[in-house]
Amino acid sequence: MRRAVVTSTATVAGVILLLSLKPHAGTATTAQVISTGGGAGATDSAGSGSGPSAGPASGAGAGSGGSRTVTGDAVDTRYGPVQVRLSLSGGRISRIDVLQYPAGSGHDRRINADALPTLNQEAIAAQSAQIDAVSGATYTSDGYTRSLQSALDRAGTR
Amino acid sequence: MNPAGPVIRHAEHVMGTVFSFAVRSTGAGAEVGVAEALGPVVRRLHRIDEVFSTYRPQSDISRFGRGELALAQCDPAVAEVLERCREVAAETGGWFTERPGGRLDPSGWVKGWAVEEASEQLRAAGFVQHTVTGGGDVQTCGGPWRIGIADPLRPGAVLGVLAGHDLAVATSGTAERGAHIVDPHTGRPATGLLSLTLVGRRLALTDARATAAFAMGPDLGLAWAAGHPEVEALAVLPDGTRRRTPGFAFAPPPAGSADPAHLPSLALPGRS
Repeated sequence: MRRAVVTSTATVAGVILLLSLKPHAGTATTAQVISTGGGAGATDSAGSGSGPSAGPASGAGAGSGGSRTVTGDAVDTRYGPVQVRLSLSGGRISRIDVLQYPAGSGHDRRINADALPTLNQEAIAAQSAQIDAVSGATYTSDGYTRSLQSALDRAGTR
Repeated sequence: MNPAGPVIRHAEHVMGTVFSFAVRSTGAGAEVGVAEALGPVVRRLHRIDEVFSTYRPQSDISRFGRGELALAQCDPAVAEVLERCREVAAETGGWFTERPGGRLDPSGWVKGWAVEEASEQLRAAGFVQHTVTGGGDVQTCGGPWRIGIADPLRPGAVLGVLAGHDLAVATSGTAERGAHIVDPHTGRPATGLLSLTLVGRRLALTDARATAAFAMGPDLGLAWAAGHPEVEALAVLPDGTRRRTPGFAFAPPPAGSADPAHLPSLALPGRS
């Protein structure tokens, strides 16, 4: 099957994701962000999806001035691609939409219904993907973290 | 605090799972240097898979298991791995075996060992701040790195986060692959735990011990871990109850600040 044996350093460089983890200062005022319903919005996004869709989900406009959205890379996982989009308001993450996620098997649906919203809440709370590695992790959560990190990098948030 | 510098990540599909690397580096051209260092590391992982995969009929381990190769004809790593497996079997009272279900399969040692070898290769190449994860088992070098422990009842969520330097974190469980760990004494799947996380210094031994302790079940497994000062354990029982050894310093999932300075740091005896 996939015999993606890396044979040259050029190939390696081609698939490296360059991620710069943000400094961890300045994340103290996050409790209010959780309570604004960012997590709930993300739950809606994951729970209402009917299948893996590359199209943009609803809720692109966050409303107030200074708001913008940033889309992360689509990251392939064993169960399918995972892609997230950040909504930023005043430089802070207000919402995370899951644009793509695996929706094939029952196992995947459990992830959709439960895992992604949980990760969303944690990510909004922490304002970054602040876990370096996960022991016992699913492939999908790894993909989520990587897509989120690429969006954070693009957004230039702190 | 962490030495500031970009973290360069790479994911490699190998050994039937995903190996992921996070390498902190500084200076111009860091990504090129990391890419050059990762080349031989991932080639080695694919080579280990060629030798040890039980899913490949022509791997050394498959041919040796069928009696088609003598041990001396196999890659030299085969004899060494089988010796390490016997050592873990001895120190765990037979709760680890390289023949789960009766068929030669030293994967319980090989995967963690492959991760540890990859970490050692990176360290030797001068990259002394990194994590390597293979199928959910983590070897860190330098630090502090923050390691989430997956929640077996909520796929994709974490039970909590631990932080520290030079840690090996191995989680055995039923969440990803079902009940796949066999009780060597009965030949039946072990079902006394949902997951068991062991923290040690080196992943090969820690991962194999986690497999053994998972098979032991909650009472014996935690008692065994408590008797080893270089090991800490966190167990999740089928009803969701969590039990841990006294030294398992652990923070709830990141809610406010996940700055490693605010996380309890796991103190283990020095690296042997």
